[in-house]
Amino acid sequence: MTAKAMLCRCEDVTLDEVMEALEAGHRDIESVKRYTGFGTGWCQGKQCVVACARILAKATGRAPELPITPRPPLHPVALGVLASLGDAEEG
Amino acid sequence: MARVVVIGAGILGLATAYNLAKRGVRDVLVVDRTYLCGGASGRNGGGVRAQFSSEINIRLMRESIAICRDFATEMKINVWFRQGGYLFLTRTAARARELEENVALQNRCGLPTRMVDAAEMRKIVPELATEGVRAASFNPGDGVVFPWPFVWGYARAATDLGVTIKPFTEVVGFETRNGRITGVRLRPTRLSPLDASDEVLPAGDAFTEECNEVVICAGAWSPKVAELLGVALPNKPHRHEICATEPLKPWLGPLVADLTDGLYFSQSMRGEIVGGVAVDPVPEGINQQSSRRFLTTYARALVGAVPTMAGVRVLRQWAGCYDLTPDGGPIVGRVPDPSNLTLACGFMGHGFMMAPVMGRLLAEHVDTGETSDLFARWSLDRFARGDLVHENMIIG
Repeated sequence: MTAKAMLCRCEDVTLDEVMEALEAGHRDIESVKRYTGFGTGWCQGKQCVVACARILAKATGRAPELPITPRPPLHPVALGVLASLGDAEEG
Repeated sequence: MARVVVIGAGILGLATAYNLAKRGVRDVLVVDRTYLCGGASGRNGGGVRAQFSSEINIRLMRESIAICRDFATEMKINVWFRQGGYLFLTRTAARARELEENVALQNRCGLPTRMVDAAEMRKIVPELATEGVRAASFNPGDGVVFPWPFVWGYARAATDLGVTIKPFTEVVGFETRNGRITGVRLRPTRLSPLDASDEVLPAGDAFTEECNEVVICAGAWSPKVAELLGVALPNKPHRHEICATEPLKPWLGPLVADLTDGLYFSQSMRGEIVGGVAVDPVPEGINQQSSRRFLTTYARALVGAVPTMAGVRVLRQWAGCYDLTPDGGPIVGRVPDPSNLTLACGFMGHGFMMAPVMGRLLAEHVDTGETSDLFARWSLDRFARGDLVHENMIIG
C-alpha cells in the first residue's frame, strides 16, 4: 500500500493520516477514529474499520481490538421514516 | 512529582493545563480514565453562544467566542468554526417574555442580539415552519465548532509546552496530610468491551503521583472523584443524545434552538445536520448508550420544524452526559478542605463552549491562589448558604 492509499473512502482518510495518528502516540482505535475521523461517514466504518484495526494491531504488536462502538442506525434511515415510528421503550 | 494534577482530559482540563503551562507553571499532569474525546468533550453538539440569561455567562461567553475566533491561528489547527448565529425560538408566552428580558440584558452587555418576527425568521432560515412560534431571538455572533479538533488543538499545544497527558489512567484514591492532598493514586485502564458503559478495566498496578495542587474537571464523573476525598458534590449526570445526518450542501445558517421542546440543530462545516432534543425521563447515572426513543422524538420534532428534512437520512447517533447542578450554575474554585483542591464542574451542557475562557481563569486561580468575585459566586458552599445562581437559557 502506498501512503496515499485511501483507508476511509467516506471521509477521505489516507494510510499516512492513520500512521500520523500512531506517531502522535495514539494506540487505541477509539482515539485514532477521533483523531482522523475515519468511520464517521456514510458507511459508518463498514469498509475501513478492519483495515484500521489491522494497522493498529501491527503497530502495537497487540491482538486486534474490538471494533469502534457501533452507532445506530445500522444503515442510513430517513428522518421522515423515523418520525412515523412509535416510541420504543428504553434501548 | 507534579506541581498540578488535572483530573479529566476533556476540553476544560486541557485548556486549564495549556494556560497553566503558558503562565510558566512546570510539571502539569493531566489524567483521564479513557481516551481524549471519550466524555462530553467528544460528544457535544459544538455550539458556542453568548445568548444567556445571566450577565456572568453572557460576558464570559463573549470572551470565549473571541478565543474561538483566534483559535486556529494560535493553535495551528482547523476547528471548523463558523459564526452563523443562534436562533432561539419559543412557543409559550412565559418563555417569550423571558427571551425579551434576556435580549435586553444581552444588549446592555454589548451583544447585538435582537428579537425577530416570523418574516425575519423565514429570511434567516427559509425552510423553517414558523406557525406556533411566539417569539425568537437572534445573535449573529454565535456559532458552531467541530469539537474533536478543538480538543486535539489544546492537547497538542499543552504537550508542546511540556504538559504530560496520560489517557487510560484512572484516579483510584488520594493521599492526604494535614488537610492537603499530597498524592494522587492512579491506575492504568483499558476499555471494557462496550465503551458506552461506564466501566473501564484495570490494566496495571496502581501508583502514586505526588503533587502540590489538584484540579477536578471530570464533567459528569466529578462527584465520583470528589467523593474519594470526602467532598460531596450535588451534581447529577443527565444523558443527552445527538444524531448526525448525511452531509448536505450548505443551506442552514444558524444553530436553531427551540426552548419549548429542547430541539436544536445546526449544520456543521462537514455538511451534516447535527442536533438533539430533550427526552424525558433518561436513565439514572452515567449512561452513554443510544436509544431509539431519542431518534423518533428528534425526527418528529425536526421534521415538524423543517418539513423538507423528511427525506434526509440519519447516519449515526451517540450519547453523552450533561453535568447538572441544582441551580443551573457551575461549581468552580477552591474548597476549604482539602485546601489544595480546585473544582471546575457542573457546567450544565455548556462546558465545552465555556472552556476557552474558563481554562484561562482557572489557570490563574490555581497558579496564584487568588480568588475572584466570579469564583466566590460559583463556589460549592453557595448551596449550603442558599445563595443560588440563576440561568434559564439551557437547552434540552
